[in-house]
Amino acid sequence: MEMHAELTPEQVAIKEAVAELCADFPDEYWRERDAKLEYPQEFVDALAEAGWLSVLIPEEYGGGGGTVADASIILEAINRSGGSGVPAHAQMYTMGTVLRHGSEEQKQRLLPRIASNDIRLQAFGVTEPDAGSDTTRIRTFAARDGDEYVVNGSKIWTSRFQHSDYMLLLCRTTRYEDVEKKTDGLSVLLVDLREAGDSIKFRQIRTMTSHETNELFFEDVRVPVSNRIGEEGKGFRYILSGMNVERILVASEVLGDGFWFVDRASAYARERVVFGRPIGMNQGVQFPLAQAYAQLHAASLVRWQAAALFDSGKQPGFEANSAKLLASQATWAAANAAMDTFGGYGVAEEFDIERKFREARLPLIAPVNNNLILAYIGHQVLGMPKSY
Amino acid sequence: MNIVVCVKQVPDTWAERKLRSEDKTLDRESVDGVINELDEYAIEESLRIKEAHDGEVTVLTMGPEKAAESIRKALSMGADKAVHLVDDALHGSDVLQTSYAMAQVLRKIGFDVVILGSESTDARMGALAAMLAERLGVAQLSLANKVEIDGGTIRTQRVADYGFDRVEASLPAVVSVVEKINEPRYPSFKGIMAAKKKPVDKLGVADADIDAAKVGLTGAATEVVDFVAAPPREKGTIVKDEGDGGQKVAEFLASKKFI
Ligand SMILES: Cc1cc2nc3c(=O)[nH]c(=O)nc-3n(C[C@H](O)[C@H](O)[C@H](O)COP(=O)(O)OP(=O)(O)OC[C@H]3O[C@@H](n4cnc5c(N)ncnc54)[C@H](O)[C@@H]3O)c2cc1C
Repeated sequence: MEMHAELTPEQVAIKEAVAELCADFPDEYWRERDAKLEYPQEFVDALAEAGWLSVLIPEEYGGGGGTVADASIILEAINRSGGSGVPAHAQMYTMGTVLRHGSEEQKQRLLPRIASNDIRLQAFGVTEPDAGSDTTRIRTFAARDGDEYVVNGSKIWTSRFQHSDYMLLLCRTTRYEDVEKKTDGLSVLLVDLREAGDSIKFRQIRTMTSHETNELFFEDVRVPVSNRIGEEGKGFRYILSGMNVERILVASEVLGDGFWFVDRASAYARERVVFGRPIGMNQGVQFPLAQAYAQLHAASLVRWQAAALFDSGKQPGFEANSAKLLASQATWAAANAAMDTFGGYGVAEEFDIERKFREARLPLIAPVNNNLILAYIGHQVLGMPKSY
Repeated sequence: MNIVVCVKQVPDTWAERKLRSEDKTLDRESVDGVINELDEYAIEESLRIKEAHDGEVTVLTMGPEKAAESIRKALSMGADKAVHLVDDALHGSDVLQTSYAMAQVLRKIGFDVVILGSESTDARMGALAAMLAERLGVAQLSLANKVEIDGGTIRTQRVADYGFDRVEASLPAVVSVVEKINEPRYPSFKGIMAAKKKPVDKLGVADADIDAAKVGLTGAATEVVDFVAAPPREKGTIVKDEGDGGQKVAEFLASKKFI
């Protein structure tokens, strides 16, 4: 958060309060969760209890009534402390689809309980084994049966499923073959996971980070029609509007990681003496860190711009996507510079660089691949022909 | 119940602290200010008393403009309002003068309980609570690690070398608290947003009937005559263990009269 001058006094207070909370969860805490592939339950609870996960919920529903910029500060501060906002970030923004497109009854039913930390809505099933970046190709199908939908199909990479009470599910209510526009015929359902019980089976995917993510199998899962968000068949539009927030917030925590790398590596480079002088005196060590730092700032500015646009009621598709693209690249540059700075110690678990390094690789790929962002900028913004 | 919690802004304990060469007072401008750690416990305790007995928590801070940041934090933790005693005339006041100035404010705003940390990390006098109680003519319950209020009676547990004393007094009273009396809460998002709208009453010496001649550096009862920077740490002695390491360490400790 280098833009101190531009943060309001309240935002500075937010940053400091979150940093203070994070100080209770030091490197060892995260190292252990990582080694055991464990969900950081205590940390997420502490965040939720202090109200940090409900800032985007309006005050009338019991939330903090904050802005995306506020949420951005919170997530950046978490990751800059050495921790990770990933296990909790979706609790902040998944409800946005309900808030913006749900009925008043659905909002009353869910938002206050999310705000009071009684329920977790932090799983969002979009990706499928046969539908990765090409979301419209999903096949999970919800067939209407009276007042219910009966859902069959599968999802992959559904994160935090095991730590959610509800999940949002994107599925087809009209088959791909039967729609004129491929983005039509998709619907968003709110699935009560406690009610669904055994009709949803899951298999956790072991990954190179402690991120909890799963493959899901839906067998005749019954979802009341009253749990459909918005109109049937319009679901694709609803999830797109939520994605700008997701991208801004992911960019923010990625920036937190990037600044963390530079903080740690520059401190180490000042201290570590080789050939009778601090390694940071060598420009081969110094310049990559300086370069990454400048890149992080540039990405951060695009992030602030995206957040400001969103908070003023716009849909900043270009800015939000660019923020995620640039932040992931800047942080990856910082991660590599930090690895080089730490030399052999970079790969030692006890220095935490290798853990963050593994985590820093993911944002280049997910939640949206950088190639797809470039494709979006290429055809949507610059008007060149679409490649797919 | 009218609860007043005294909050001091001190230089961040991690920062290098300096005295100003011109008047030998602490340089508060060039370093980050934080709430004196023990005062965070005092704030938490005052909020707990409020939650248990109803009432209002007022933050009382004497300090330069910059201390407003610490007042904000106390308000975002949940205090209801604040009084900021800020005046150039107060600069350089010692503990006697500070207790006089703060007692004047406390007389003006009224209180049932005044809570403060048992000392501040910058000056470490640890005498303010006693002086305030004396000046205000109320009971003093110092070094509390437990506070209970029951009607007009206050009971505390006072930590001592041998365990603790049970102390009881009738309100109004001044209480100083020790570390670990509680677990201070974090400011919450809503707390931070609400703090923006909470009233902070800024008082100068005249507003609080403080005689300007009785406060400030020139009239202080104590004087910093001289100061020197702490010498850089000397190179330590490295004992190489060649079978007799234990003995060498013991000899070293004996030579320093530790054993
Ligand atoms: C840890 C983790 C957590 C995740 N959490 C969730 C979640 O909670 N919910 C959810 O729904 N999904 C989640 N995902 C899925 C994520 O959104 C997808 O991985 C991502 O959208 C890419 O899809 P894919 O992996 O199938 O890659 P593919 O679509 O198979 O693409 C593979 C490669 O080909 C490239 N490519 C494909 N098409 C083009 C093209 N037209 N032009 C140029 N390049 C192209 C891609 O950019 C990529 O490099 C998660 C993924 C991971 C790894």
